[in-house]
Amino acid sequence: MARVVVDVMPKPEILDPQGQAVANALPRLGFAGVREVRQGKRFEIDVEDSVDDETLAKIAEGLLANPVIEDWTVRRLAE
Amino acid sequence: MRIGVITFPGSLDDVDVARAVRHAGGEAVALWHDDADLRGVDAVVVPGGFSYGDYLRCGAIARFAPVMDLVVERAGQGLPVLGICNGFQILCEAGLLPGALIRNASLHYVCRDQWLRVEGTGTVWSGRYQPGAELLVPIKHGEGNYTADRATLDELEGEGRVVFRYVDNPNGSQRDIAGITDQRGRVVGLMPHPEHAIDALTGPSDDGLGMFLSVLDGVVAA
Amino acid sequence: MTTVDTGAVDTGIDTVAHALSTPDIAQPYRELGLKDDEYQRIRDALGRRPTDAELAMYSVMWSEHCSYKSSKVHLGYFPETTTDEMRAKMLAGIGENAGVVDIGDGWAVTFKAESHNHPSYVEPHQGAATGVGGIVRDILAMGARPRAVMDSLRFGAADAPDTRRVLPGVVSGVGSYGNCLGLPNIGGEVVFDPTYAGNPLVNALCVGAMRVEDLHLAFASGVGNKIILFGARTGLDGIGGVSVLASETFSGDEGGSGRKKLPSVQVGDPFTEKVLIECCLELFAAGVVVGIQDLGGAGLACATSELASAGDGGMRVDLDRVPLRATGMTPAEILCSESQERMCAVVRPADLAEFLKICAKWDTIATEIGEVTEGDRLVINWHGEPVVDAPPRTIAHDCPVYHRPIARPAGQDTLIADAPAGLARPTTPDELRDTVLRLVSSPNLASRRWVTQQYDRYVRGGTVLAQPADSGMIRIDERTGRGVALAVDCNSRFVALDPYQGARLALAEAYRNVAVSGATPVAVTNCLNFGSPEDPGVMWQFEQAVHGLADGCQELGIPVTGGNVSFYNQTGGTAILPTPLVGVLGVIDDVRRRVPTGFGAEPGETLLLLGETRDEFGGSEWAHVVHGHLGGQPPTVDLANERRLAEVLVAGSRDGLLSAAHDLSDGGLAQAVIEAALIGETGCRIVLPEDADPFVWLFAESASRALVAVPRSEEPRFVAMCAARELPCTKIGVVDQGSDQVEFQGIAAIPLAELRAAWEATLPALFA
Repeated sequence: MARVVVDVMPKPEILDPQGQAVANALPRLGFAGVREVRQGKRFEIDVEDSVDDETLAKIAEGLLANPVIEDWTVRRLAE
Repeated sequence: MRIGVITFPGSLDDVDVARAVRHAGGEAVALWHDDADLRGVDAVVVPGGFSYGDYLRCGAIARFAPVMDLVVERAGQGLPVLGICNGFQILCEAGLLPGALIRNASLHYVCRDQWLRVEGTGTVWSGRYQPGAELLVPIKHGEGNYTADRATLDELEGEGRVVFRYVDNPNGSQRDIAGITDQRGRVVGLMPHPEHAIDALTGPSDDGLGMFLSVLDGVVAA
Repeated sequence: MTTVDTGAVDTGIDTVAHALSTPDIAQPYRELGLKDDEYQRIRDALGRRPTDAELAMYSVMWSEHCSYKSSKVHLGYFPETTTDEMRAKMLAGIGENAGVVDIGDGWAVTFKAESHNHPSYVEPHQGAATGVGGIVRDILAMGARPRAVMDSLRFGAADAPDTRRVLPGVVSGVGSYGNCLGLPNIGGEVVFDPTYAGNPLVNALCVGAMRVEDLHLAFASGVGNKIILFGARTGLDGIGGVSVLASETFSGDEGGSGRKKLPSVQVGDPFTEKVLIECCLELFAAGVVVGIQDLGGAGLACATSELASAGDGGMRVDLDRVPLRATGMTPAEILCSESQERMCAVVRPADLAEFLKICAKWDTIATEIGEVTEGDRLVINWHGEPVVDAPPRTIAHDCPVYHRPIARPAGQDTLIADAPAGLARPTTPDELRDTVLRLVSSPNLASRRWVTQQYDRYVRGGTVLAQPADSGMIRIDERTGRGVALAVDCNSRFVALDPYQGARLALAEAYRNVAVSGATPVAVTNCLNFGSPEDPGVMWQFEQAVHGLADGCQELGIPVTGGNVSFYNQTGGTAILPTPLVGVLGVIDDVRRRVPTGFGAEPGETLLLLGETRDEFGGSEWAHVVHGHLGGQPPTVDLANERRLAEVLVAGSRDGLLSAAHDLSDGGLAQAVIEAALIGETGCRIVLPEDADPFVWLFAESASRALVAVPRSEEPRFVAMCAARELPCTKIGVVDQGSDQVEFQGIAAIPLAELRAAWEATLPALFA
């Protein structure tokens, strides 16, 4: 068994209204100095050892992320 | 009888709440999110919509608006406050009501005419209804699934603070809860939209008008 | 590879000066979609080679999408066939952002539909969402408050795997954007056909209202007036094509090679748009806007060149003032960015402070980016250096116009000859019953509830009718009750069989759908979706459809006030079914007398079928569902009959004679009866005339027909009214509120529960 984390983020050039809303709210709450916020998703997946990196990439690319507007990274957590 | 209707950037049903207030015979007073001024109103409605886009969590940013500080403070002194849909979410985020609204069990936004059963008539917003009466009122939300821990749910039930229950649960809400009140029966939040049920021309019924008539009764009595 | 070596411009930007000093540089105009002669034409207009920024502007403005270069010669037929009488209520028409109609009581209503087909295939959710956003800004730019939206959607076969990707995404996109904007979605279409598999159609329509005196037109007038860009920041959205320039100019540096892969996807932010709407309306109310234009396709390139060419002077823009969301954007990219939720306004200097104050109230970024100047040039500077210096008309209006070859396709005769007469028809009661249920549950006839319940229909409190009613109706004036009804329709199978008649049939259906609600049809918009204009057969379909629609409008006496053309809708070499969507706007002086669709509003109703039923099955839903057949002639349509039917429906509504009315179209009488019974939650009994062929009466799709429910007490009056107008009126049954079935006497009695299950289960089973 391995714990895999897939992070999905809007591509840098893609508008991220979610992150922007948080970034705009922070100064109103008195937090200065925040330049930008981007909001993504984190998936935690437990997989059998037989699941290789290529399969994980397919899972990330094919389902978890929308490759048209999102980037993804896959990493295996140390056990 | 002046009833304040708050507009946040992204509020949508504020015009409809104002219309419902007028329909019931009250005076609707526009309140702006950025003004720390309640303009001497006798009650406040926090209407539906997508305040600030609702991007982080529904109601999460709106609760920090200057006008909300005053609403929270005055609610503590007994000001009647009604939160509808996004307004309910904001009141929960602001701590005026317990629990939270999460994504519908279907994962889809749902707009439909919904039967509700009146469970509590002891609040300033529901005095006009008969206990057990069934109302037909629109719902329209993607995150209306009411959730709280068991102790809170038991407390709400025990204290008779469930005001409305769904007859046919549309969103997975625990114990079919559609609307609740605070301990004093002055602050009420619900997901369905009474302001969209004030006549049978533009809504499924006029069953929602009772909420606005109720608060006007209460304000007159006080 | 281009090396930029001019000492004057160390930013590597291709300025006008640089263009003059390097006249013979090879430019990537072909990659930008320009033909050799088009490129030469640009050089002629400028008297030199264009800069990168100019080349980008011309290429996007001369694209088919922006310039209508293939359709222009045909679209002229609309104004040609519009008489002064038809024009009487038009306050603005074709050529403006949207048509505007005077509806009475001092109100003007503006409406328009626009396609967002290709983006919705690439990224269904964002494509559809930004389609809604774009059409809403068009309406806003007329000075109107957007009041409602509708959407007409077409997908590949309902059970095709890719439809499962595209449809839910499109529906959630339409829903989330419209819901978050606070605009009720009051109707539309969902249609399935295999030809849309690689090319879905997303046509969004918006209707807005304003007081007549508040109409705003897009122009930049008055030397010294300021050009203000406001709304969202400008990013790298939708500039896939233009990024060719960046990679040419900057190849090797980080701005270049990475950009080449940019998708032409725009992401919408409905919250920003909602705020922009309220901000604009407050600006209009304050009287601080001289001219306004929304930024849609071709972004600032379009807005600046169109505003400047519609005004009476020139314009100067300082492009480096545009607030950006991305770093290192080139002038060409900034000009062509399709970032959403932006508007451009022309403001008198004296009003500037007030303008900016209102924008600040709404947390809307507003930036002065230039001003109206003497002369007739559009000059765009980048850090003080001109990168564009052109006559704006040459960009916005003087694009090449093509007379594309037109040829009736060779296969058209074969298609028509393949009549449905030979198809096996159900005859026994059991076969007829099975056919009823099969059609009711077929993807094109099944309930759209799974889709429409994802859309807010109630917000703004003016919705009087919405899906599944034949038309959407909203109240415009709360005091008088004056309102408008809207319907959008197109049976593209009819258009495929005969584009001229098919377009008239689409018009007839939308017209009828408005009239059954009790509103008087007054104006038409369209969204013409076709395959490649380079295919002579497609151009023939297009020309025929335009003529059919325009001639039909003339016969009905209502004008086309605007429209949209979308070409290149095809998968590989296969075009979609020609889909000239027609939207009809109707006016009702008091929405309280609207006629609902469902039976049972009054105790004791008689059911009457208005119009004539003929053995017409070419292009019918029955032939499609049961036999997978498309051939023969579409139903005949006589618009004089259509007009008479509408007059009776409107008069019946005005005199309170109708308790329900439902148009007959796809699926015929059986479908209409079942829908009206299910919507009204009441049973009914249908008794066909003695000599009737049950199959023909139940399923034929003859035009100009409606099913009405009349309170028994009003039946003689209503029947007499039909007789006086020589409108065929056949008593075909009664509503029975005590019954829980739809009985087709002598054929079958089907329980409402069984019908409801068949009608409502299909879409959830496919897409939930």
